[in-house]
Amino acid sequence: MNILSFFVIIPILMLGALWVARNINQVRGVMVAGSSLLLALSVYLTIDYIALRQAGATAEMLYTASISWYEPLNICYSVGVDGISVVMLLLSSIIVFTGTFASWQLKPMTKEYFLWFTLLSAGVFGFFISTDLFTMFMFYEVALIPMYLLIGVWGSGKKEYAAMKLTLMLMGGSAFLLIGILGIFYGAGGDTMNILEIAQRHIPTQMQEWFFPLIFLGFGVLGALFPFHTWSPDGHASAPTAVSMLHAGVLMKLGGYGCFRVAMYLMPEGAEMWGNFFLVLTTISVVYGAFSAVVQTDLKYINAYSSVSHCGLVLFALLMMTRTSCTGAILQMLSHGLMTALFFALIGMIYGRTHTRDIRFMGGLMKIMPFLAVGYVIAGLANLGLPGLSGFVAEMTVFVGSFQNDDTFHRICTIVATTSIVITAVYILRTVGKILYGQVQNPEHLKLTDATWDERVAVICLIACVAGLGMAPFWVSDLISESVEPIIAVLMK
Amino acid sequence: MDYISILSMHQELGLIAVFLLVFLADLFLPERSRPLIRPIATLLLVVQLVGNIIPDEVILFGGMYHSTPMASVMKNILTLGTILVFMQSNDWLKREDTRHKTGEFYILTLSTLIGMFFMVSAGHFLLFFLGLELASVPMACLIAFDKYKGHSAEAGAKFILSALFSSGLMLYGISMIYGTIGTLYFQDIPAGLNGNALQILALVFFFSGLAFKLSLVPFHLWTADAYQGAPTNVTAYLSVISKGAAAFAAMVILVRVFGPMSSEWSQMLSIVIVATITIGNLFAIRQTQLKRFMAFSSISQAGYILLAVLAGTPQGMASLVYYMVVYIVANLAVFGVIASVEHHTHGKLERADYNGLYQTNPKLAMVMTLALFSLAGIPPFAGFFSKFFVFAAAFNSSYYLVVFIALVNTVISLYYYLLIIKAMFITPNEQPIPTFNSDNAMRACLMICVAGIILLGIVSNVYSVLSDTAVKF
Repeated sequence: MNILSFFVIIPILMLGALWVARNINQVRGVMVAGSSLLLALSVYLTIDYIALRQAGATAEMLYTASISWYEPLNICYSVGVDGISVVMLLLSSIIVFTGTFASWQLKPMTKEYFLWFTLLSAGVFGFFISTDLFTMFMFYEVALIPMYLLIGVWGSGKKEYAAMKLTLMLMGGSAFLLIGILGIFYGAGGDTMNILEIAQRHIPTQMQEWFFPLIFLGFGVLGALFPFHTWSPDGHASAPTAVSMLHAGVLMKLGGYGCFRVAMYLMPEGAEMWGNFFLVLTTISVVYGAFSAVVQTDLKYINAYSSVSHCGLVLFALLMMTRTSCTGAILQMLSHGLMTALFFALIGMIYGRTHTRDIRFMGGLMKIMPFLAVGYVIAGLANLGLPGLSGFVAEMTVFVGSFQNDDTFHRICTIVATTSIVITAVYILRTVGKILYGQVQNPEHLKLTDATWDERVAVICLIACVAGLGMAPFWVSDLISESVEPIIAVLMK
Repeated sequence: MDYISILSMHQELGLIAVFLLVFLADLFLPERSRPLIRPIATLLLVVQLVGNIIPDEVILFGGMYHSTPMASVMKNILTLGTILVFMQSNDWLKREDTRHKTGEFYILTLSTLIGMFFMVSAGHFLLFFLGLELASVPMACLIAFDKYKGHSAEAGAKFILSALFSSGLMLYGISMIYGTIGTLYFQDIPAGLNGNALQILALVFFFSGLAFKLSLVPFHLWTADAYQGAPTNVTAYLSVISKGAAAFAAMVILVRVFGPMSSEWSQMLSIVIVATITIGNLFAIRQTQLKRFMAFSSISQAGYILLAVLAGTPQGMASLVYYMVVYIVANLAVFGVIASVEHHTHGKLERADYNGLYQTNPKLAMVMTLALFSLAGIPPFAGFFSKFFVFAAAFNSSYYLVVFIALVNTVISLYYYLLIIKAMFITPNEQPIPTFNSDNAMRACLMICVAGIILLGIVSNVYSVLSDTAVKF
């Protein structure tokens, strides 16, 4: 049995176990056991992958396996990972693990909540291990649809509206994707769905011209590409804590990953043709997201717009198409995933105590809940790119890589995008100053308590990862950079 | 030809035997053992299904009757769907006002099924027309079955009028074909087709008649009223079985008979498909009564099925039949839940009545959710695969734009399917439908449907078998 398949099998077993679980303790037990197992598996996979690479494995993907599924259409269940997917699997398992603890006290219908949550994570893991277009797309949709119920049932605020908007926009994106996938499949000869095999072939230029934008838009909707990002602030603001974490932390990465792996890798000529057009859109995403975050007063909205800005940066860096910038893009995916999950976890915990997320009604929380407040400061600093934390490494790589393009157009885009760093500092420092320091706004808040043990587990885990990535980025960036190479080689041709 | 060879029409003969047995049972069983008809009819159909499970090719009467392996598979699928409908009908047939006509329900349903069998395996336009009429006329009786209740009689009248009108159109088209070619055998017509104006007219008339049966836009106007007025179990039957037979016949006749004129009909079909899917979807959004809602949903589903016809290839044929199987289990699951709720709440059918259903009847709500997800084409449920395959088939025949519009429409359809899911899971309700237990047959039926929804997609064998069978359809 291929090791990668366990990433799908474990969630499916968890679903079964949750279905028969009788009380909340059993549910929690299943979730902790399952998510720890997934975490251990992905750590093991990372170590083993690095060992294999050092031992001289040169194939583009390792651990490949393929089982024929729908023979008449040459659909296979085929798996394989390179450095990029390994990193993404690691990220996903960390977030699923911490998300479990972040929703420890969730009520009502805990069991149903975790059922959908696990289904979502099965989709995410499946997506990252797949190398077959059909299977990949299937897992992609499996990851999207539970979101509707997770937000609709357990969310807050205008949850029904947000859930519907999010689902329909993302499903609209996947309608684009599906036709793009059919285009790739039949364009490449109609006898294989395997990405690695299609990459060896040449899809007719005219087809690339049509289907590249469809696929890029399809994934771009999930990657919060301007002007299709509008689902993200509403969705994130209404979702329950762990769902925001998983969504901003992992699900939005599916967009970037798909753009890179499917759109750009398989259709390099299309990427060349449409690159500049999308680059303008992503630059707008980066700056517009940051500016929007400045004027928000709801903590979740601030972070949601900040996510738009940072995920925009991922697509921006990918479209810069240099080896350094693409490495930076993947690093940014990783870093943003971790820190935004940390952010949403903390916001959820603060909201659970103060019952407000409006920064105008909060203040002086540092004295009241020092643990959460310090966590919030660290997350903020990582977000604005303080050296020593993950954000710095990623953004530095992105901008250095982008600047390697020496024509005026790319330079201008880079410079415009760089301003987002300053704007990020504005909204982060403003929020931190407002809610953590200064006068306590509401005397009721003085009675509040600091984090409980399950919350501490989640927060400490994430802080350790953010700091770890910031302090020792090289092994990750080597891992990524190696795997970016073949894709860049195709794009440069 | 000797008389014994008539026995090779074993599927039709078997069904006629079932029909006669049920008829005799209804006639001669004493009053108190009359309820036995329900299990007898269902079991006999199961026997008929199992006995004819292996597909084969039969040509009789010089090609007038031509049952391809694919047709034989399709007939089995229709039988399976009918069995599921029978399993759902128990509660309704036990009711005070329908109890005395239990036998009639089975007899009428079986006779429409016989008609559909002949439609599916016709090799001659007259046999096809005969089958079509046999499928339509008893159907009107079925729709008007609850004739003193609600709009049942009105719906029956509407149905029979539009059915007759469409039959008229179709006959007119057939007469033109005979006029220009001089034969009505499917196998002889293609050679005589040259695309002259009269033949195009024949095609248009014939297709319009068929479009009535399939309730394609702009011939869909009877659908919502008939679906709403008919007893729920009959609606279920109408929405899957008769639609399935008509779709299969459409594919066979358009491709096999009108194949040489494919450039003419593909354009027409593209427009009809786009209109059907879009209008079906847009109207479905506004419906609050579930049966009307399912009527429009099934109109748009018919559009998706026709994508496979548009493809016109063996791949399209396999996708069409696969789509039908998946559609039958998913749609019957939805109708099962609707019928069950209607029966136990004395007629609640509004979407608002379903608010909070998950709180009181979690299992039913779950079944409904899975079925709606499957209809909307969400993986890992079977509907996703069936939609993908019809899209792939049409895409492979280069109908990019039609596929694209159909795909965008799946988002609209997701919206209205989610409205029901939202009602069941999210919208709070002071007085939700009280908890109840469905009867065993209904439960078994829903279990079969759910198993189908989950397994038909993940287990790829069904599609592979269909693909192999469809090579020569």
